[in-house]
Amino acid sequence: MTATVGRHSQAAARANDVWKVYGTGEAQVAALRGVSAEFERGRFTAIMGPSGSGKSTLMHCLAGLDSVSKGTVQIGDTTVTGLGDSGLTKLRRDKVGFIFQQFNLLPTLTAQENILLPMSIAGRKPDPAWYDTVIDTVGLRDRLGHRPSQLSGGQQQRVACARALVARPEVIFADEPTGNLDSRSGAEVLNFLRNSVREHGQTIVMVTHDPTAAAYADRVVFLADGQIVSELIEPTADTVLDTMKKLDTPVEVAG
Amino acid sequence: MLRATLKSLLARKVRLLLSGLAVVLGVMFVSGAFVLTDTLGRSFDAVFADAYEGIDVNVAGKPKVALSEMQGEPVPTTVPAATVQRVDAVAGVAEATGVVTTDGAQLIGSNGKVVTSFGPPQLGSNWQGESDLVKLREGRAPGADDEIVVNAALAQAGKVKVGDRVGVQTPLAPKQTFTLVGVFGYSGDRDSIGGVNEIAFTTPVAQRLLLGERDVFTNITVRAADGVSDTRLRDDVARTLGDGFEVKTGAQLSADASASLKEGLSFFNKILLGFAAVALLVGTFLILNTFSIIVAQRTRELALMRAIGASGRQIIGSVVLEAVAIGLIASVLGLGAGIGIGALLAYVFGNLAGGLTLAGIGVPASAVIGSFAVGLVITVVAALLPALRAARIPPIAAMQDVANPDRPLTRVTVTGGVITGIGAVLLFLGLSGTAGGSTLAVILGGVLFAFIGVALLTPLISRPVVSLLGAIFAWSVPGKLGRLNSGRNPRRTAITAAALMVGIALVTGVTVILDSAKGSIGALARDNIKAELVISGASAGPRPASFDPAVLEKAAALPGVQLADGEYGDMGMVDGKVTWLAASSDVTALQRIFGAKATAGDISRLGPDQMLFSSDTAKSRNVSVGSTVTVQASRGEPRTYTVSGIYESSELTSPVQLPPQAVKDFAIPKPNQGFIQLAPGARVADVQPQLETLLADSPEVSVADRDAFVAQQTGSLDSLLTMIQILLALAIVIAVLGIVNTLALSVLERTRELGLLRAIGLRRAQTMRMITVEAVVISIFGALLGIVVGVGLGAAVVRALKDEGITDLILPWGQMGLFLLLAAIIGVVAAVLPAVRAARINVLGAIAHD
Repeated sequence: MTATVGRHSQAAARANDVWKVYGTGEAQVAALRGVSAEFERGRFTAIMGPSGSGKSTLMHCLAGLDSVSKGTVQIGDTTVTGLGDSGLTKLRRDKVGFIFQQFNLLPTLTAQENILLPMSIAGRKPDPAWYDTVIDTVGLRDRLGHRPSQLSGGQQQRVACARALVARPEVIFADEPTGNLDSRSGAEVLNFLRNSVREHGQTIVMVTHDPTAAAYADRVVFLADGQIVSELIEPTADTVLDTMKKLDTPVEVAG
Repeated sequence: MLRATLKSLLARKVRLLLSGLAVVLGVMFVSGAFVLTDTLGRSFDAVFADAYEGIDVNVAGKPKVALSEMQGEPVPTTVPAATVQRVDAVAGVAEATGVVTTDGAQLIGSNGKVVTSFGPPQLGSNWQGESDLVKLREGRAPGADDEIVVNAALAQAGKVKVGDRVGVQTPLAPKQTFTLVGVFGYSGDRDSIGGVNEIAFTTPVAQRLLLGERDVFTNITVRAADGVSDTRLRDDVARTLGDGFEVKTGAQLSADASASLKEGLSFFNKILLGFAAVALLVGTFLILNTFSIIVAQRTRELALMRAIGASGRQIIGSVVLEAVAIGLIASVLGLGAGIGIGALLAYVFGNLAGGLTLAGIGVPASAVIGSFAVGLVITVVAALLPALRAARIPPIAAMQDVANPDRPLTRVTVTGGVITGIGAVLLFLGLSGTAGGSTLAVILGGVLFAFIGVALLTPLISRPVVSLLGAIFAWSVPGKLGRLNSGRNPRRTAITAAALMVGIALVTGVTVILDSAKGSIGALARDNIKAELVISGASAGPRPASFDPAVLEKAAALPGVQLADGEYGDMGMVDGKVTWLAASSDVTALQRIFGAKATAGDISRLGPDQMLFSSDTAKSRNVSVGSTVTVQASRGEPRTYTVSGIYESSELTSPVQLPPQAVKDFAIPKPNQGFIQLAPGARVADVQPQLETLLADSPEVSVADRDAFVAQQTGSLDSLLTMIQILLALAIVIAVLGIVNTLALSVLERTRELGLLRAIGLRRAQTMRMITVEAVVISIFGALLGIVVGVGLGAAVVRALKDEGITDLILPWGQMGLFLLLAAIIGVVAAVLPAVRAARINVLGAIAHD
């Protein structure tokens, strides 16, 4: 118990026996079946799994975007489970950053305004030194006045990354951040995410189905049928691919 | 996925119905107008058919002055009493009865006030005994000269009962007191026929009070002997009497009477149709916008259809089909609502008119055809542009990310400029009076073109104006986001704002015109009428209020009164041309009160055979001092006058001025207005109460100081303004629907974006504020546009009316400020539903990729 408490304080996000059940009766489908996982501070964790494995659902539940049917979710020392809308909004505002596959920038705002949006919504001023660091890291200084429509996909995603980073959230959730990018832009974004973890101690949880992307993470958690089935520390693209292949064979999963 | 599709389809249906609501309202007006006029028309037919049932043939005199409906109330004509015997002697006549019946006999109720009428005549007549139609309910017939009977509805309205001493005044005679000896009703236990009230006197009194002559009747009613046809008898009577008489059958009489009322109704009908047009114009903008947004949202889907082989024509067809469906549904709903509204209005009108018995509610074919034509055409026309745009979506768009590129505004701006120009030219032609008979059509066309043109120019204007307006809200993040959103799609913002513009522009324009008119009248009266006190009153019927001329002499004798002048008027003929005849009890008032200046001859005195001309009239009639002219007033014989002087025309002077002796032949030989000039040093407060005492027996008028008089004169303009504002408020309500619709569609379109904002920490309240700011910016923009366009239109009309005496252009700043405030409120109200919807967006659902 003591150890759990100790490790708890280390975790940026934590899921305790999380169940997520859709529908009722005959049509009941369990997307998550008792998932327990911890995502340590200052680490880059990838969640992988075949489609339908529940990896996105897990992330949504962790981020407080979706409610859980059973179990609890914590971000830092905040218990997400049971929070009302205003509590969730405050959580998202203060402790969570998002990066989406679809970039999701506001077309009416410039890159800079998009980056600063979460801070201005919360009515906070960014730390200028940190802001400069983020801008230089994503390499967008000469693009700050541009609208999203004037930026390439990679640039847009880097803006989205900067937006997530600049508020220094407890944890950043990235949902297939390279899904819409070519491999070169994807690599740029992933490098950038890894650097923000290594150099600045940011915590990132990323959902992906791309083994190459997962290889950038410090740790990969594998889901299948709503349960955690495997885990890799310091993965490479090859080890990830191997594990995935095993997961695709039902016998192996059962074993 | 299927569920999502079904859901979005349902959501679209709701939206389409919302925009269809504008068409429903427009169609409702159209069908309501037709139903109302049809129902009232048939009711009038029934009333007159009933009232003239006992008359087979009617003989009446010819009017001395032939007036059209617009020129004034007809004056009763007379036939000599001897004619009754001549008619009676015609073969086939069973009975000929001399009848006195004229409009304008007013009962003074137990509260001392004249019993008013909202339209139906207030008849005075000679009591002809009971008949199939008329039955005494209580009391007896009038036998002596100071006895009268009235119909039951009038007795109720005036709160008088049999045995009371009651006051009666007629156009010819000031208030006199009678004993009410009986109350009568009509067949079928009715208190009144169609709201008409009637006071019956003995025949000599009726002749004296109503016709001002002895031994004359207004008409002779004839009953035919058995077996004699009405038309043959009519021709026989006409032949016997010769020229100078109008002989008609009862059926003709009833049809004529009904037709003249229906003419008034058709005017009413046109007004309602006018408002329908405004509602439909606004509705067109709304539907155009809705379809544009829907097409934009469905770009990918439509492109896919193109990609799998649908032709452009099929795409247009599918969009137009949707429009037809909406148009049909809206027409049906509008028709139903219109029938309801028409019936309700008919009921209200019937009650207002004093208990008009309504014939059954009728739905004429014109209402049905009109409803469907208008509803369908408007919807399809409005959907046509978006349909064409849909057809131009390239199939490749299915494969690309949906982007809404900002199409250049050049073409729409140029088109808008041209159409605005056409509108301006039409307005100029219409207002400068060079368009001849079609002036009204040209002006209305000009207004329509101006509206459409400005609407097309609006996208261009919207960018700078909206960003300027939005700057007010830029202090908060949601405010800034809302501002940016409203500037995001200039066309959409523009059309939404333009819908509001139409209503606000019309209200502002009308306000500018009426305020200018009021201001000009006020300035004229204050600056140019040198009278401290004015006797006047609002009329209780179609005739102007009048008072006992004896008051003037008594007023002149009051201490402190320098000059007491009474003004008379009559629509008569000068040398065969219809002319407004004026007469003053004191001719010197022309100079001393109205400041007239002589341009020829002497205008300070007037002999009984002399008259004066205004300079304009003298010029147009080619008359100079010394000319002789023939004047025919409403009654009596034509008289010849010598022109003894000519005065300079001004807004205060009448075309011609007759001596006081001439007023005995006027339709109302009593003064309509009195102007009292006080001696230097005399105080208004001292004289006014004494005048009030003198006027105790003239219940129609009151005495007022100059400011109160001006207020009285312009009071009718105020109520006109209020009425127009209420009706135009409907156009504004439709525009609000438009804002709701646009916002709701925008919220739907930006679901993902809203989800993102919520995901990165935008609170629900902030989300709602963002949507509200967007709505407020759009509605204030629309109001600003409307005010600018309205002031432009109003100023143009005021300028055109310069020669009619509207010399001052008065801008209603207070009202305009009020409109802006109203627009802000409208924005907030319109934002409520979309904002709640936006705030309720499921964050996960919005951002999770499908």
